[in-house]
Amino acid sequence: MSCERMESRILGYVDGRLKESERLEVEKHLSTCAPCRVRAEEFRAVSGLLDELPVIEPSPEFDTRVRALVAPEPVKQSWWAWLHVSPRVAFAASFLLLAAVWIGVYRQPQQPLPWNNPQVADEQMMEDLPVLEDHDVISNFEPLKDLPAPVQQADEDQNTQQSM
Amino acid sequence: MARTDVQLMLDVKAGDEASFELLLHRYRTPLVNFLYRMVRNREQAEDLAQEVFLRVYRAREDYVPSAKFTTWLFRIATNLALNSVRDTRYQKLEVSIDAPITTDAEDGDERTLDVPEKHPNIEQHLVEDSRRKMIRHAIDKLPEKQRAAVLLHKYQELDYAEIAKILSCSESALKSLLFRAYEALRVELAPLVAQQVKNQG
Repeated sequence: MSCERMESRILGYVDGRLKESERLEVEKHLSTCAPCRVRAEEFRAVSGLLDELPVIEPSPEFDTRVRALVAPEPVKQSWWAWLHVSPRVAFAASFLLLAAVWIGVYRQPQQPLPWNNPQVADEQMMEDLPVLEDHDVISNFEPLKDLPAPVQQADEDQNTQQSM
Repeated sequence: MARTDVQLMLDVKAGDEASFELLLHRYRTPLVNFLYRMVRNREQAEDLAQEVFLRVYRAREDYVPSAKFTTWLFRIATNLALNSVRDTRYQKLEVSIDAPITTDAEDGDERTLDVPEKHPNIEQHLVEDSRRKMIRHAIDKLPEKQRAAVLLHKYQELDYAEIAKILSCSESALKSLLFRAYEALRVELAPLVAQQVKNQG
């Protein structure tokens, strides 16, 4: 490893953030390069010095001030937010929806179309047979054939004979 | 089991105010410390930290857990801090025309926490105080972005990928930034570093 490549790894080495393979590579370089070894020691010293700065605590009024800042913020909830905070309502709504779908789809009376099922079509034809028979009887009813021609027709014939 | 930051934030999004209180409790001290070390003024740091929490609260409805919560939080904080530092520098430049700043008023902020009674040896207390002052000044002298990188890396212990996202740069650029910052610090703090190395050895 070159000294230039060390630049991106030396701090990770000091902080113990390198992978095992990278750490071994860095240590190999440090064993042969005095300037990088000095730099690593001094970076570790800088890191130690930074630890000396004390941690400060926020003032006691900090939380109150934040609450006062956010209090006037409008509460805008999305349509689905109330379902998120109330899983029971969400469950009940889902159950009702599923029940409605089930009733709509599976509880409808089954009425297959006759032309899709030959057996049903035959049954339908048998049911309709009396109507067909009635029609056949009426259309071939002998006594009706002996009826005289319509009256209007006879008048028209007379008129044509007179004009001749 | 404690809820994760992302879970808490999603609960805030759903209207749970108590989760916001938990996030406030969890991050107020790290945020105030980070901002204090960035802007070097305690009052200003607290104002900025409050602004960070306000922005988090305002953005709750649009929150999508696409990144770690800390990345988002410290990105807001870093942007506010960098803007504040630049504004302050501009103001100081304007003031310095008439009245150059020679005193370091903010140095009292941390000192007030160190009660002298805790240090029976007043000489030791002064030495420690002087060391801290040197360290603070060395950090202050870093360019803002380098300073933010060092603070996020050292004190928040965020990983490289997270800090790179916060500072909107690549990981390799971040490593280079940190390397230059530590180089500057070891030069600036040379007497303390030499002493530290001696103690380490």
